[in-house]
Amino acid sequence: MPFGEIVSILLEGTWVTLKIVAFALPLAAIMAFTFGLLRMYAPKPIKYVSVAYIEFFRGTSALIQLYWIYFVLPFFGVSIDAMTAGVLAIGLNIGAYGTEVVRGAMQSVPKGQYEASVALNFTSSQRLWRILMPQALVNMIPPFGNLAIELVKATSLVSLITIADLTYRAKSLADMTLQVTEIFAVVLVLYFVIAQVLAFSFKGIEKRLSRGLGRGGLD
Amino acid sequence: MISFDWEWAFVLEILPMILSAAKVTLLATLLGSILAILVGLSFALLRRSKLVLLRVVTYWVVEFVRSTPLLVQIFFLYYVLPEFGISMSPLLTGVLALGLHYGAYLSEVFRSGIDGIEKGQWEAARALNLTTYDTYKDIVLPQAIRPMIPATGNYIIAMFKETPQLSAITLLEMLQVAKIIGSENFRYLEPFTLVGILYLVFSLVAAYGIHCIERRFPKEGFTLR
Amino acid sequence: MKQPLIEFKNVEKRFGDTVIFRDFNFSVEEGEIVSIIGPSGSGKSTLLRILMTLEGIEGGVVRVAGKPLWHKETDKGLVLADEKHLHEMRNHLGMVFQHFNLFPHMTVKRNITEAPMRVQGKTEIEANKIADELLELVGLSDKADMYPNSLSGGQKQRVGIARALAMQPAILLLDEITSALDPELVEEVLDVIRNLALKHSFTMLLVTHEMYFAREISDRVCFFDQGAIVEEGEPERLFIHPNEERTKAFLKAYMSQ
Repeated sequence: MPFGEIVSILLEGTWVTLKIVAFALPLAAIMAFTFGLLRMYAPKPIKYVSVAYIEFFRGTSALIQLYWIYFVLPFFGVSIDAMTAGVLAIGLNIGAYGTEVVRGAMQSVPKGQYEASVALNFTSSQRLWRILMPQALVNMIPPFGNLAIELVKATSLVSLITIADLTYRAKSLADMTLQVTEIFAVVLVLYFVIAQVLAFSFKGIEKRLSRGLGRGGLD
Repeated sequence: MISFDWEWAFVLEILPMILSAAKVTLLATLLGSILAILVGLSFALLRRSKLVLLRVVTYWVVEFVRSTPLLVQIFFLYYVLPEFGISMSPLLTGVLALGLHYGAYLSEVFRSGIDGIEKGQWEAARALNLTTYDTYKDIVLPQAIRPMIPATGNYIIAMFKETPQLSAITLLEMLQVAKIIGSENFRYLEPFTLVGILYLVFSLVAAYGIHCIERRFPKEGFTLR
Repeated sequence: MKQPLIEFKNVEKRFGDTVIFRDFNFSVEEGEIVSIIGPSGSGKSTLLRILMTLEGIEGGVVRVAGKPLWHKETDKGLVLADEKHLHEMRNHLGMVFQHFNLFPHMTVKRNITEAPMRVQGKTEIEANKIADELLELVGLSDKADMYPNSLSGGQKQRVGIARALAMQPAILLLDEITSALDPELVEEVLDVIRNLALKHSFTMLLVTHEMYFAREISDRVCFFDQGAIVEEGEPERLFIHPNEERTKAFLKAYMSQ
């Protein structure tokens, strides 16, 4: 098969991979913030629900979660297409790891900031959103950048539930042709480029935010 | 719709098969961790090399391995190595992929552990005229190992949780066996849930084990013989 | 009889097994300036932190402006207060911290206007007006648009004072406000407080290690040791003729530093 054709098939797969990333990344972010904050601040029963979600998704492996959602949920009457299952499993899995990032960053804000916000009589939601969160956000960006790369890598798992993403196409091309070395070299480079672009963007965000924390302005 | 009620009889029937597959999973993890530690240590030392080129190349190799999916790396080794006349069993291929992938992660742990040793310790070793080898063996590593244990342990647990991906190259580990059972009986609930629970249990036990290992190391470090 | 503005009655405070206060009694009249001195770990800062609702109490009652601070009065006696009550009570109090605790993500001006706008519902124009006046008072009008990180310690603390004053509290709590400063920056901060004491009729409660300052500014000085007031009185009397041995020892150790 001509090399150009291989590349064009792989680029189509890249598009599918990027689509999954585009849906799973916001889902992971929402889960991370929601359950990270609930775990820290919610009253007991809700707090335990959050802990259960976090421990379950961190304690078992992503592929098992994916299989569970894709193969087991239909037996509960929840029929789910492969794409949705992939986005859900990856978003929920990375989101659970993200809760720890949120928690760590919130705890890294000096205690004095909390005390000053009490002394100035802010309500508890003002304390959280106006004082603590803007400062914690800066510390969240680098670990979130790493998690975003983990998320991109995790999308390769959806190839195992027959979604024609980059990894899936690589494997089927490799089964059809003999040019396995070229195929996998291109695939690895494509993943690497996606990761580097993400890493670069997160560094940019971090720079902008931390400039706000010293001179620029965040609000 | 097929009913999904949990059947204990079915669980008891499949449990032995899954448990015997667990041996494969644990073996892959064990061999994978040993390899990862060796690879990680080598990368970490290469990153400290005097040759700039070596440092830069190592940096990008680590970066590359870390930012591409394990699954693709597994496929890469599985499909490409035979092209070069190296044929290995799925288990060995998997161990190699796990070891390389997590070796890249561990190299960062080891590097920052070594960097965490105060400058004064290096200077004192230099002042006592110790060789580089002795400096690492007697001064640096004994102090650096304890702080490295939690992160190393977490990566090994993370590796353990990624072993199901080896099913993609037909290794009969837990998840693959569960999947086969599921498709044969058209019941996925019990096998997948069982595997999930086993992973949870193994991870928790391992996390506790690492905690114990860390505590058993003296805070002051120790002397290698 | 006039009711004191601040009153501690049989207060008990513990951190785990460590008892800070037991059967502690203390009061401050309206308009009084009270300095608290004593060795570290004697409970001085804890007293201020209880008043600012940063630390709870295990027993007794603290009253501010006649109302229990940590409790609500009900038919069945005092019950532990909820956040709403604390929010109400905090309106009486303002605090300046040892480590400033300025908000790093806000300009100097925003540090001062944020609470008046968000908590007291002032308009931006009103809040800015207050901030401008206060910045002038603390001599930092030119720093309004800077971020805290680019200020010196003394300047930061002056912003801290302005920020607390912007809420117009009846009681100002000053918790070792010069302890974290380089010696040459202490005076610029103390001058602001001197100025305040002269021109306004604040009630001030200050924990300090600057004895000469306590002597100069206070109506009353309390010497704290091991969670109890060992001795209190007018500054001239307490500093020159202390009655208690422990006070004498403490002052002597301080002088010989």
